[in-house]
Amino acid sequence: MKRIQDFSVIDTIWLNSSSYILILKSERTLEKIEPGNFAEIKIPDTSDIFLRRPISVYDVDHDKNEISFYIKAIGKGTNKLGSLLPGNKVNIIYPLGNAYTPVKNKNVLIVGGGTGIAPFKLLGEQLSSLGSRVTYVFGARTSEEIVLSDIFSKFGEFNCTTEDGSLGEKGLVTLHSVFNNIKDFDIVYTCGPDPMMKAVSKIAEDNNVRCEASLENMMACGIGACLCCVTPTIRGNAVVCTEGPVFHSTDLKW
Amino acid sequence: MYRRTSISLNRFKMVDLQVEIAGLKMRNPVTAASGTFGFGEEYADFIDLDKLGGIFVKGLTIKSREGNDYPRMAETPSGMLNAVGLQNKGVDYFIDSIYPRIKHWNTEIFPNINGSVIADYVAVAEKLNEVKGINGIELNISCPNVKEGGMAFGVSCTSAIAVTKAVRKAYDKTLIVKLSPNVTDITEIAKGVESAGADSVSLVNTLLGMAIDAKTKKPLLSTITGGLSGPAIKPIALRMVWQVYNAVKIPIVGMGGIMNGNDAIEFMLAGSSAIQVGTANYIDPQICEKIVDEIEQYCSINGITKVTDLIGGLITD
Repeated sequence: MKRIQDFSVIDTIWLNSSSYILILKSERTLEKIEPGNFAEIKIPDTSDIFLRRPISVYDVDHDKNEISFYIKAIGKGTNKLGSLLPGNKVNIIYPLGNAYTPVKNKNVLIVGGGTGIAPFKLLGEQLSSLGSRVTYVFGARTSEEIVLSDIFSKFGEFNCTTEDGSLGEKGLVTLHSVFNNIKDFDIVYTCGPDPMMKAVSKIAEDNNVRCEASLENMMACGIGACLCCVTPTIRGNAVVCTEGPVFHSTDLKW
Repeated sequence: MYRRTSISLNRFKMVDLQVEIAGLKMRNPVTAASGTFGFGEEYADFIDLDKLGGIFVKGLTIKSREGNDYPRMAETPSGMLNAVGLQNKGVDYFIDSIYPRIKHWNTEIFPNINGSVIADYVAVAEKLNEVKGINGIELNISCPNVKEGGMAFGVSCTSAIAVTKAVRKAYDKTLIVKLSPNVTDITEIAKGVESAGADSVSLVNTLLGMAIDAKTKKPLLSTITGGLSGPAIKPIALRMVWQVYNAVKIPIVGMGGIMNGNDAIEFMLAGSSAIQVGTANYIDPQICEKIVDEIEQYCSINGITKVTDLIGGLITD
């Protein structure tokens, strides 16, 4: 069930000059959260930031009733969230959206870029616990932007590309050598900028590998009421916040 | 501490929150605005829908519509622009598949009807006229986000009268006409639809606006222009409600940037018999219920026993 409630900030952990993990604690038992779900976060104490911000859930600790988000400080809202102090209150609506399909005992490839790496801690954790073999490949511009690799490495093989070649293979993520063996994978999961996800989907589809992509469309309500976040699909315009954000790549007309 | 006690004592004296729109009784004056509340069920996890006066559900057309391309939304100072473009599965789908799911709620369900030509509006109204349990419709002649029809009907007196007359003939129950603020004199349109048989007017729909990304030199909406809503438009909406209140005899359903109970009271003082809450639902899905409580509290504190006493209660001397 979707819920609206106040959380307390436990910490904001900055990973580099532009991204951080926001850890929030609930006084109540958390709702069930699945890999790919997101929350609508109200930016506290601001009148000039009007709408909530839809943010992917990065991690959940049901024992401590903690939920955390991987956030890039891009605009006013995300910068404000990054400046919160322990004890500050944050109101969120969660869990929202659908989830990536869990698969057992499969060979899976997870491709992320930018804030699109956010859902892949929970997904890797879930898939590895289901006996699936996880391979990550994340793309970034520079080595500074490759973060949390020690966390992801717990659940699978970690690979990356940087555009300047400062870490991992040089170039765009879709040029990584792991794609040479794309046919070895049973499923590809991707999240990141649309051009990246389109390129990943195309490689997967050309090789008859199923691909699930999570879209980052702008949203107002997050609960399927306003119909602002639509994406064209083979079934017409789909509402990303409720019918997605995760879609089979072959359903998307992008 | 003393104050708290006095409030709870006052609250013991029940405030009569019931209002009436042309004979249609509603539990209280608080309703959700069309397009911001889906079909109500999207909010069922968050609030008790039975506590609302009514729900103006998502705009309906005779045939299904895909709406406009993404992006359809842009955040603006104290508000937002939208260009959804009446995405819906058509009136038949609403009657056959959606209404049966939502009719058990003990609140008034008002479909919002739209068309490209008068015959389309009439066809939708005729179908809804037959639906038991639906006691009123909102005739939308003010949608700024469709290429044909929509706001075109609401910005000319002649066409506003023509579509209202035609729908009036086809629809026996409460007919509320939703007016556009994108006109020189809203009172002319209001008087026109009143003369054409409207039972009530609701106002205002969104104001036509636009937003540009200076970096890319591109518009932020796929349609270039869209409808502005939120507190940014509240002073304009209030002014228009007041003007229309002084120009027509039929009741007004006021809206435009209502974010809390105090805003709702202001709209009632300006002349609204009921109010619609729109964009605020996106920020707080529980806001409609909170506004009901806040209105009740305001009445209690101010010794108002009937909420209808607020309607047009603005003191101007």
